[in-house]
Amino acid sequence: MADQPTTQPNASEIRSQMMRGGPGRPGKIEKARDPRRALVRLIPYLKPYSALLVVVFTFILASTILGLIGPYLMGQAIDKFIDVKKISGLGTLALWMLVVFILGNLCDAASGWIMASVSQNALKGVRHDLFGHLQTLALTFFDSNTAGELMSRLTNDIDAINQAVSQNVVSLVASLLSMAGILIAMFLMNVWLTLAALAVVPLMLWFTNFVARYTRKGFRELQKHLGEMTSVTEEAISGQRVIKAFRRNDSVIEAFRISNQDVYKAGVYANSFALLLMPLTNQLGNLFVITIAGLGGWLALKGLVTIGTIAAFISYGRAFVNPLRQLSNIYNAIQGALAGAERVFEVIDTKSEIDEAPEAALLDTVHGHVTFDHVQFSYTPDKPIIKDMTLEAKPGEIIALVGPTGAGKTTIVNLLTRFYEIDSGQICIDGTDIRQIKKDDLRRRLGLVLQDTFLFSTSVMDNIRYGRLEATDEEVIEAARMADADHFISKLPQGYQTMLSERASNLSQGQRQMLSIARAILADPSILILDEATSSVDTRTEVRIQNALLRLMKGRTSFVIAHRLSTIRDADQLLVVKDGEIVEKGTHQQLLDQHGFYHHLYVSQFKGEQI
Amino acid sequence: MNQVSKLFRFLKPYWKKAVLSLVLLTAVVIMDLAIPRLVQRVIDQGINAHNMQVVVNTFFLMLGISVLDTIFAIGNNNYSVQVGEGVARDLREAIFLKIQSFSFGNFDRLKTGQLMVRLSNDSGVVQRLFQISLRIGTRAPLLMIGSLILMFNTAPQLAMTMLPLLLITSAIIAVFSIKMGPLFLTMQQKLDRLNNVLQENIAGVRVVKAFVRARHEGDRFEQANEDFTERNIRVAQLMSILSPILTFALNIGIVIVVWSGGLQSIRLGNLSTGQIVAFVNYLQTTVVPLMNLVNLANIWAAAIASAGRVNEVLDAVPEVQDAPDAIALPATGRPQVVFENVGFHYNGSTDGSILHGITLTAEPGQRVAILGATGSGKSTLMNLIPRFYDPTEGRILIDGVDIRHIRQDSLLAHIGIVPQETILFSGTVRDNIRYGRPDSTDVEVVAAAKAAQAHEFILELDDGYETHVEERGVNLSGGQKQRIAIARALLTRPSILILDDSTSSVDVETETKIQSALDDLMKGRTSFVVAQRISTVLKADKIVVIDKGQIAAEGTHRELLQSSPIYQEIYASQLGNGVNGE
Repeated sequence: MADQPTTQPNASEIRSQMMRGGPGRPGKIEKARDPRRALVRLIPYLKPYSALLVVVFTFILASTILGLIGPYLMGQAIDKFIDVKKISGLGTLALWMLVVFILGNLCDAASGWIMASVSQNALKGVRHDLFGHLQTLALTFFDSNTAGELMSRLTNDIDAINQAVSQNVVSLVASLLSMAGILIAMFLMNVWLTLAALAVVPLMLWFTNFVARYTRKGFRELQKHLGEMTSVTEEAISGQRVIKAFRRNDSVIEAFRISNQDVYKAGVYANSFALLLMPLTNQLGNLFVITIAGLGGWLALKGLVTIGTIAAFISYGRAFVNPLRQLSNIYNAIQGALAGAERVFEVIDTKSEIDEAPEAALLDTVHGHVTFDHVQFSYTPDKPIIKDMTLEAKPGEIIALVGPTGAGKTTIVNLLTRFYEIDSGQICIDGTDIRQIKKDDLRRRLGLVLQDTFLFSTSVMDNIRYGRLEATDEEVIEAARMADADHFISKLPQGYQTMLSERASNLSQGQRQMLSIARAILADPSILILDEATSSVDTRTEVRIQNALLRLMKGRTSFVIAHRLSTIRDADQLLVVKDGEIVEKGTHQQLLDQHGFYHHLYVSQFKGEQI
Repeated sequence: MNQVSKLFRFLKPYWKKAVLSLVLLTAVVIMDLAIPRLVQRVIDQGINAHNMQVVVNTFFLMLGISVLDTIFAIGNNNYSVQVGEGVARDLREAIFLKIQSFSFGNFDRLKTGQLMVRLSNDSGVVQRLFQISLRIGTRAPLLMIGSLILMFNTAPQLAMTMLPLLLITSAIIAVFSIKMGPLFLTMQQKLDRLNNVLQENIAGVRVVKAFVRARHEGDRFEQANEDFTERNIRVAQLMSILSPILTFALNIGIVIVVWSGGLQSIRLGNLSTGQIVAFVNYLQTTVVPLMNLVNLANIWAAAIASAGRVNEVLDAVPEVQDAPDAIALPATGRPQVVFENVGFHYNGSTDGSILHGITLTAEPGQRVAILGATGSGKSTLMNLIPRFYDPTEGRILIDGVDIRHIRQDSLLAHIGIVPQETILFSGTVRDNIRYGRPDSTDVEVVAAAKAAQAHEFILELDDGYETHVEERGVNLSGGQKQRIAIARALLTRPSILILDDSTSSVDVETETKIQSALDDLMKGRTSFVVAQRISTVLKADKIVVIDKGQIAAEGTHRELLQSSPIYQEIYASQLGNGVNGE
């Protein structure tokens, strides 16, 4: 938090507060494991702007030097003219002061102006690389990092780098430069006064350190209690329907009160220390002035120092204390940025999906002859999900995968799309090992309707068009019609132009599934994969979609996974999967006649027939 | 502005601390302003008058002031923190209490995520405004006014020459303050869009990969990235010139002071050297607060937006409220539930009603099954019984009493609900089953679990009934969660049981097990079973088919199979022709 001292502020400090939309709570202070490496990795992003950077630093240097000359000239004006009542030349000196000040301010403004553009463009590059690389990462990466975690990490980390690159680096350079310059100027003017003034420095460092230690401790504690409160409230709000139904509001409120009080206490503690830094350093700035005035006055009476020197020293002193006070903030910000950069580069350095073999073939026309040959796969080494699976789908066949939850049905789909790579065995399409096919090319031939229907927060039209970007509006509507989605879409407030809210919360699960089916229909794939595509729609609607899907499946090899057995009776082949193995295989009637596992599933599901 | 002032009432309990904090702040400012004055004395009456005593005395005086100043500053710091944190705590509590009083209609409009943001972030922004107002927010104008007074006091004529300069500076600040607000807002919007693309690509990675849309998404991101960068550069550049502009104004002031003040001092002799030094000092003191004002304008803008969101929650009226003359529902073992011409549409929605003309009677102890398509209004109908929503037409009677005349807590005490979406809480399995009746014994918990077919699998868990349920129950399967939810509902010994499609997400085998357990349980209670599968509703005393918000057919399985075309259609869609084996 930034209470401003009564002294001249540092430009970049103000700027940095503004960029954050005002001073915020000082957060956790983090450190990179290998700060130097992270720093080195950032440099290439600045390289295209090296010429501009040279200009920026020249301007900073110039503005620092000019900033030093200003107070010196003022001291001269007092000593050489005002104090000795000499008029001639005072005007000239004042003019010189004006020139020095104007040039200094211009240099300052120019450096800030250019740096803003340089740093933002450099960051654009980091974001570009990060996003570009993210897209090449394998699904395993997204499995091991939850979306929320990844998201908050990436946005916060990029923001931390943003803060540091755009403001703190410049302030650091400017601060160090002006401190060095001031020190030299002060020593040149008067050694004893300088030494006395410098006595404030260790005091300042000690204070900063002292406050920082308690602040860090306080914020750790606060963070912990905030986390607790968040989980209490999250549960209380998302579980509201149950809380209400079971009349537990009172106990929930009690739990909230307790954790809210904890947050209050921790907040008072942490902020009492964190916010103390500014008033205290402000007082130290005053102490600096007092020391110079007292000692300077004594020395002046001894004839060792002029009044002009004292005046200049007070100006210098304020200019010296400011950056000093900021150094610890800047240091922490840069540390945080490097820690952020480290994590961003961790993502960028994560290996991309195993890519196609160099001699990867293009698929021309796909007939849709799919074979699995002794395929084995596991997500974790010791837990095989697919054990020695062999199957064959002839062109145009409908293959249904049946089995209990967790049997490995969805995994089979993930292997065919090469979301994951098989451990051993071979999967072929039209006789070509899919590892020999370019991934993009492979996936382009596969139409997927997934269990988890993901829609984008764009219009309904754009969501369906996602299947084929160049499709006309008419084609989109036709696809929607085929998926039986047209009638509900036309009832939406803006029809096809209705914007979907985040994660499509304004549509029912069934409606979302219909949209994702329309999307797949539009893509016109050679091989169709339906993973529980109709599980959330009611059975009558399902029958209608089923008819659409049957039309769609005609002439394409299709894999259908379904919970409800009614959806898959017409399949050419039913594969009953259990514990990663195909335990039964055949048509619906054949399997029923076998009186095996399928028969058991079927009977229990359709026990209605027994009545 | 108005939004924020509505929240001033939260300051009330802390007004003493707030006033104290402001008094201390004023003292700090006065002392801060005294220092340049005293430095001036050192120069004029000490050095220039060759008086060592004055120098020494003034030095110790300044030292003493500085110590006192520090103490006051710490006091201001602590009180302002206490006020800010206290307001934040009370604000959070008020929001939370309000949320607890919400009915389902309110939740339909405000999603969990939105409420969370209001509770944590928005209350924090308001807190920051209050806290800062007790610190730099007040300190800056005080310092400015104080140093202006002192400038006039030191040298009125010189101070006059500063006025136009100060006016121009103030104008610049005002322009910046007004201009920056919207700029920051659009920057934030661009950032949100950028993050949205990132978010969608992380959450929807399978879709992006499946449709080979990396390039398309790349373009989308690049566009957002470009937009954001461009906007960000503009804001950063504007900000980068503000400070030089202000220091430039300050520097011009200093030059004027040295030159015209110097001339005045030499020619007229009515201005001392010390005064000139003090003047420069004051000038520096005046400009800094101005810069802070830009900052404060920013915080205000953010606080107004946040206060608006907070007020939206605090001002919301719970849709379902107890009538003043509401009574407690008399305990009956098996109540009769009657829907009389019930209609419902969501508040504010204009595109048609969800339910209309529903007339239906569940006799004591009957099992009524509700069958229908997704979106036909089944769940909504069930939500009307516990008054999660109130019907917009007609009425619902329990044992002849309109439920709007029954206190909601008493009504809920008679109803056991197994919702469509199972929600468990963090805590042990036992805690979760006991949720509806915290005072029940372990024996009762086990009995309920056994009845819900949950006892066996619970014993197989690592710690049995003491197994910890992770957030949202991720360590349990859908079927297991559902059985725990059923046990939870059973333990409350409800006289009305509502099962809202509660076996849809379990596989067939488990469903069969649960079904047989429920068969026993529903005996002796009036119960409603919402379902999509025919197999679930076969044994009901009455099957009600809902289609497009209306009752399309009503009767037993056999009756409906003969008379209702819709029922036949549903039956056929689930069983097909091949196995119509009667």
